[in-house]
This record gives sequence, C-alpha cells and structure tokens, in this order.
Amino acid sequence: MNLHLLILIPLLTAVTIALWGRGQRAALIATAGAVVQLGLSVLLYLTFTAYRQHHAGEAFVFEYRHVWYGPLQIAYHLGVDGISVAMVMLTAIVVLAGVLMSWEVSYMPREFHTLLTLLGAGAYGVFLSLDAFTLFFFLELAVLPKYLLIGIWGSGKKEYCARKLVLMLMLGSALVLVGLLGMYFGGPRSFSIPDIASSRLAPEVQQWVFPLLFTGFGIFTALFPFHTWVPDGHSAAPTAGSMFLAGISMKLGGYGCLRTATHLMPDAAQQYAPTIIVLGCIAILYGSLATLMQKDIKYLNAYSSISHCGFVVLGIGLLTQTALHGAVLQMVSHGLMTALFFAVIGIVYERTHTRQLREMGGLMQAMPFAVTALFLAGLCSLGLPGLSGFVAEATVFVGGWQQPDLLSRTAVVIACSSIVVTAVYILRAIGQVAMGPLRGLVSPHPVSWAERLAVLLLLGGIFLMGLWPEWLVQLIQGSGPAGALPDGLTAAPVEAF
Amino acid sequence: MIEALLLMKHEMSLTVAAVVFLLVRLGRTRAAATYARLGYLLLGWCLLAGLIPAPPGQLFAGLFVTSSLVSMQKSFLTFGLLLLLLASDRWLRRHDYVPEVFLLLFSSLLGLFFLISSGSLLMFYLALELATLPIAALCNFDLQRRQASEAATKMILSSAFSSGILLFGISLLYGSTGTLHFTELPQRLNGSALQVTALVLLFTGFAFKLSVVPFHLWTADVYEGSPVPVTTYLSVISKGGMVFIFCTALYQVFQPLQAYWHVLLVITAAATLLVGNLFALRQENLKRFLAFSSIAQVGFILVALSSGAELARAAAVYFVLVYLFSNIGAFAVVGIISAATGKERLSDYRGLYRSNPRLSWALALSLFSLAGIPPTAGFFGKFFLLMSGADGRQYLLVAFAAVNMVVALYYYLRVVRALFMEQPEAPLPIVTTVLPERAALVISVAGVLITGLFSGAYETIARLI
Repeated sequence: MNLHLLILIPLLTAVTIALWGRGQRAALIATAGAVVQLGLSVLLYLTFTAYRQHHAGEAFVFEYRHVWYGPLQIAYHLGVDGISVAMVMLTAIVVLAGVLMSWEVSYMPREFHTLLTLLGAGAYGVFLSLDAFTLFFFLELAVLPKYLLIGIWGSGKKEYCARKLVLMLMLGSALVLVGLLGMYFGGPRSFSIPDIASSRLAPEVQQWVFPLLFTGFGIFTALFPFHTWVPDGHSAAPTAGSMFLAGISMKLGGYGCLRTATHLMPDAAQQYAPTIIVLGCIAILYGSLATLMQKDIKYLNAYSSISHCGFVVLGIGLLTQTALHGAVLQMVSHGLMTALFFAVIGIVYERTHTRQLREMGGLMQAMPFAVTALFLAGLCSLGLPGLSGFVAEATVFVGGWQQPDLLSRTAVVIACSSIVVTAVYILRAIGQVAMGPLRGLVSPHPVSWAERLAVLLLLGGIFLMGLWPEWLVQLIQGSGPAGALPDGLTAAPVEAF
Repeated sequence: MIEALLLMKHEMSLTVAAVVFLLVRLGRTRAAATYARLGYLLLGWCLLAGLIPAPPGQLFAGLFVTSSLVSMQKSFLTFGLLLLLLASDRWLRRHDYVPEVFLLLFSSLLGLFFLISSGSLLMFYLALELATLPIAALCNFDLQRRQASEAATKMILSSAFSSGILLFGISLLYGSTGTLHFTELPQRLNGSALQVTALVLLFTGFAFKLSVVPFHLWTADVYEGSPVPVTTYLSVISKGGMVFIFCTALYQVFQPLQAYWHVLLVITAAATLLVGNLFALRQENLKRFLAFSSIAQVGFILVALSSGAELARAAAVYFVLVYLFSNIGAFAVVGIISAATGKERLSDYRGLYRSNPRLSWALALSLFSLAGIPPTAGFFGKFFLLMSGADGRQYLLVAFAAVNMVVALYYYLRVVRALFMEQPEAPLPIVTTVLPERAALVISVAGVLITGLFSGAYETIARLI
C-alpha cells in the first residue's frame, strides 16, 4: 500500500479547494477528498491485516524512505504498525465527520475548508512518519491552520483562545525539538525511529531527553499541569475545529509519547513511570471534578476530555502490554466520542444559540435525533458496556492491575472511582438538555442530512468498537514499545471481551 | 588577465554597472521608470555574469580570495538586491534621483563583495567602509523627511564609532602578530591577553554591524527612518554579507581562539534573542517591528555559530538565504502598502485580508517563515541552526532559543491576527501591484516555500563548505 496517498490526497484536496473552491463548491470538494481518505484508510487496514498474517515479525510495514537532507541524515520516512493504522482510521473518520458538519459554513468557506483539510494532512503525516524530523515537521504544520481556524471562525474570546492554544502547543513543540536534538546527538546521529530504537540510547541521555519529549508531546494531550489550553481552545473553536482538535490533535500528543518517548527510551520510561502515573491520575481526577462545575456545555466536554486523556497518559505510564493497548484504545475511543459530542453540541447550538446548560431543556421533543446521539455519547463517556469507552477504560484497568506494586493499583482504584464522577456530570448535563419543559429553542430548522451522516458515522465507529473490539485489539497487537515492558507482563488477556 | 577577470567576475560586472549610472547622468534626463528598468537590467546582467564558472583563487598577494562558496554568496546578495529593487519599483519611479540610488547601492554591494572576498584585515576594513558609507547617504534619500536625516546621522555616527573600535582591534592584533593576512593569522594566535583584547574589539565591530545586543541601539531608529528599500537592504543584504564574513572570521581566522569567542557568542546570543524579542513584542510601526525581529533572527545565527560545529557554517549560510526570501517578502508587502497609501502602522493593517488577500497571504507566509513554522523554509533554517547549536552540546542555549521561538511567534501572530481577524476602522483601499512588484512577491514567496521543502539549496551549500 502506498502511504504517500494518505498525505498527498489531503494536500491535493486543499490545493484544489484553494484554487477552485468558490462558495458551496469548497464543501463539496472537501467532502469528496475526505471520502477518498476514509476509503484509503479502510484499504490500509485491509492490506495491513492481510500482510500481517504472512509477515508477523516485522515492526513496521509498507516502509518508504527517501533521503531528504542527506548531509544531516534526515529522511522522509513513512511506515506503519498497528497503532498507526488505528490512528489513521480514526483521523479519516473524524475528518469526514468534521467536513460534513461544516457544510453550513458561510463565512469564507474556501479558506475554511482549505485550512481544515491541511490540518488533517498534518495529522496523517504525524501518524505515518518513521523519522522524527518528518514527524516534527508534520506536527508543526498544524500550527497555522489551528490558529486561523479558531481565530477567524471561532466564537467568544476567539482571538485570545487561538493565541493561547497555539503558543502553548508551540511550547510543547519547543520541548520536543530540544528533546529530538538531544536524542540525535546523544545517539546514532539519525532521526530514524527504527534506527534509534535498535541502537538503544545510553541511559544518561534517556534520563534527560525522556522528560522533554514526554512533556512536550504531553502538552498536546493535555498532560497536567499543561492542560489549560484545552478548555479555552476547544470551546472557542468552530464545530469542526473542536472535533479536529479534540478528536485528532490531542491524539498527536499521546501518539508522540508512545512512538518517540516510550518506544525509544524504555529505560527512562520505567524510571519515570511513577511520575507519569501520578500525573495521569491527577488529570483524570482533576478533569472530572472540574467538569462538575461547568455550566457551558462545550467547556463541559473540554474538561471531560482532560479527564479522558488522563487515561491515555495513565495507560502509557502503567507499562504493561495490556495497559498500553488500553491507552491506544482510549485514544481511538475518545477521538470518536468527543468528536461526536462536539458535533452534537454544534447541531444543538445552531438551534438554541446558547451553550449554557441552564438555558436549555426538553430538547428531546424538539430534536430527538441530536439529543439521542448526545445521550449515546454521554453513555460512552461514562463507560457503559457495549460502547467504546468501556472497552478502552476496562483494558487500562486490567493492564494496570497486572502491575503488582502499590502505586499502580492505587492509581487504578483512583481512575475507576472517577467514573462515578463522570456519571454524575454526564447524566446531569443530559438530563438538563433533554428532559423537562422545552426551553431555549430559537430556530427550529431540521437537522440536515450532512449533519445526520456525520453523527451516524461517528456513532457507527463507537458501536463497532464497543460491540466488537476484537478487530481493533488484534490490529494493535504486537505493535508499540515492547522494549519498555518488564518481563513476564507481556501476555495480554484480551479474551475478556 | 582573463583569469583575474574571471575571479573578479562579480566585482567587475558590478563596477561596470555602477559606471553606467555615473555616465547616464551626463546625457539627457529621462524618466525615473527608465532608469529603474536600466538598473534591473544591469543587475540581471551581474547575476548572469556571476554564474560563469570560475576556479577558486586569490589576487593581489592574497588580499582578495575567492572560492565557489564565496562566489555563491555574492550571487545570493546580488539576487537579493535585484529582488528588493523590484519590490520597491513604485518608490523608485517616484524618486527624482534614481541614478544616484542605484550608484550608491551598487557601490555598497561592491563593498560587500570585497568584504566577503577579503583575505586580509586591511582589505576587510576598506571593504567594510565602502559597504557602509553609501548606505548612510541612502538613509537620507527621502529628502523631505526629518526622520530620514535622523536615521542617516545615527547610521554614520554608529558606523564611525564601530569602525574606530574595529581599527583599534586590528592594530592591536597587528602589534601582537605582525601580520594582517587571514592565512597567517591562525598560526600566530596564542591566546595572549593582547590578542584576546583585540578579538573582543573586533567582535564589537562585527556586533555593531550585525546589530547584536548590546550594540543594537542604532538599528530600530535607522530602520524606521530610512526608506523601505534601504531598510530592506540594511536588514537583509548588508546583514547577510556580514554574516558570511563573520563565519570566515570565526571558523578560519580566529579558530585557535575558539574558547574565547565561544563565551562571547553564547552570552551575546542569549542577550540578542531576549532583547530583540522583548522589544519586538510592543512595536506598532511595522518597519520598527521588522527591525527588532531581525535583531532576534541574528540571535539564532549566533546560537549556531557559537557551537563551533562544522554544521554551523552551512546552517548559517542557508539561513541567510532563507532569511533573504522571507524578509524581502515581508518588507516588499510593507513597502508596497507604504508607497501606495503611506501607512506603516500595525493598526492600519487590520482587515487587510478583505481588501488585499494576495498581499496578506504573502505577508503571512513570510512572517510564518520568519517565525519558523512549516511548511515554510524558515522552519528548516531555524531547525538547522538549533541543530548546529546542539552539536556543541549547548542544550541550555538551544532550549533558550527554542523558548524564544515561542515568544517570537506571539508577535508574528499579532500581525497575522490584524490581517485576518480584526475589523478595520478605516479599511485600506485595494492596492494594485505593478509587474516588478508582483514578480518580486512571487519569487520571494516561491523561495520561502521551495528552499525548505526541497533540499537542493542546503545540499549545495553544505557541499561547498
């Protein structure tokens, strides 16, 4: 399978929109491009699993390596393992849903869709890169679209929020940059991820590079205490922007932590595991408690994202095969769920012109489709079995319990207890929106087919993962930072599902 | 004879061009546009002449040294001058003394050529004066503006002062080593107190020209007061030439004293980054804003050069090329708008995207390149500079520079926000661009995108070093 296509198609789509996307045509071209991307990602899944059956031992497949800056050992190097394939599929689904949700954008639609498509291209690039320089390039490529998307099409204090988000993410990039340079000069003088992995960096180097890379990427995934950009950024962004930010961009961080920090520096990963576990727990607890206090439904989802992404950090910190799988599953699950949340919030906002929970009520009668979707997203968020959230979080818990030490088990107990808090805020919010006398409806136009399609697409993903997690677990089986794991804990009891 | 001509191909062609402008005043007075077109043609001719392949070599008993690298650097500078003149076509057409503008610019460029070709401190000093003095006159070329006179005065005083310091350093060095030749100096440098003093004084001279903190105070006023083309010349061409010879001075001539200049560079790099960025944060005048941002850019070059690593020279030369495209792109937009409407303040640029989308994109891309955001070439330039810095294991300095990139992004985003997000009180009219201006914009934007994504430029530079 030719991995370039997944980067080229969005880039070409963006160029096409920029050149010919006048008016409504922009959304059409963007949708066509997103459909092609989804098709390609499914094709990637099929070819990847087929290939895997015959070649089980290879870490990365479909590799393509082109020397980019020869004198500096920088290559444009693509390749995938199971985790990347899962993330690419997530990206494709969220991109298509986000584009479908943006059919109604009327202010400068051409620029909007160009930037949105570029944002997607950057995400594909990160998930497909096997060279740390290429990865960093694509990571930073998203800066410009993010800033403009929030700043131009956002709402509320959009300029302030856009700046805060971009500057905090740039700070993360700056840490990543220094970490990457330390890795380059402390190791084999190469940015190639497989090369660095096989040469195993010296422990002294790992010791100072790991925190830089982990914190840097951690900022992208709302690592406590660098989570403050999340609520502001997500709530100010336009609907599709929020979906992309929470559904894809936050995953870049988790993926980066896995792919560079934990994968390349297994010794340091073990050394810093306790710190990561504690930070993950703080994010989970703090996020869910802060969510309790939110009155704005977009802020509510943004804070709950901090809590849910805490599970990703915790899963990475627990360092068992099962917990790492749980982290990846949680990335996919949270990506789908939060995108669905923001999509539905967008639909509701269009009709109520408010995001304040107490100004809404009884909307179940007025827009049953949207509110049912909101209900399902909520249930997924609080971990109802049969939906994706349960699969992901339960895997993290099972994996965490495999670690016999007190800290890990305490962390699992704390993380479990946060689900109760989640249930409180989710049920309360949904009750407020759906039940009671009808309030807050301003412009009751019907939900358009594009919006319905976006919601159904995301719901489909959540149910597929919730009812039949087997395929996803098998996909990521055998990928990831095996070297970081302690002996004897690699067996993964996924048969539970 | 032929060989000497070949070695001095850039200098000879440029001298001819300058002489043409001396003679042209003798005849009938023509329209400014005609002179401008003649200037472009002559500069294009110099650019072509520079492409003639020539062997490396030296002339005048080693006073003048050239190599493929030096020749390429001269072509960069010629190209940059052509680009910036094309971008300021509107300003040139309105000017009454166009031949003089060209004459002075060509003389200064000639000085820069000799500067980067110099093989001895004597030639170095003469060339430096030739490169600087015409600029002082040019600063004052908007004859009616009081600010321009102020700029010229500051320019001439500061350059006289720095020349004095430089000469003092040179004389100390001569006193302790008995030679001025770049090839002989390294063997005679032993790190005695006298030589280190001379190094510090010479470094101060360089620091003035490169506007390194704390010798940067003249920069902002001169940049703001001068006409836009002159400001661009100062911040791009003249600074680029200085960076080239600075590399030679550090990595060839003063190589034995690396332990000393390393300290100087680390301290001034950090100070330059910090001060340049902090002052750029609050600027309202775009020329002044670009002046301070260009101070900060030099800070990044110093971070790389301070490492003493082999990578650093290639990274610095590459960065100058990238910086040339990005800064000329940014100045071109500012210059075009300033010439068309007379407005230079950030608040005037609010909502520019509505009326002038193309100019806005050109400015935004140039600024993103200056900030080091992909896919622009600035990202690669900055990355390689910091990479060179890290090669010397100075991770703290590199981290400091990386954090400064975030600070810098803040003020570049201020401009982007004004362009795209803010609503204008009195919107700027639609500015139509003439062909030369459009050509300059297209070339610099293309350069901003291409020199990074395609590695050819960097690899050529790395091969020649």
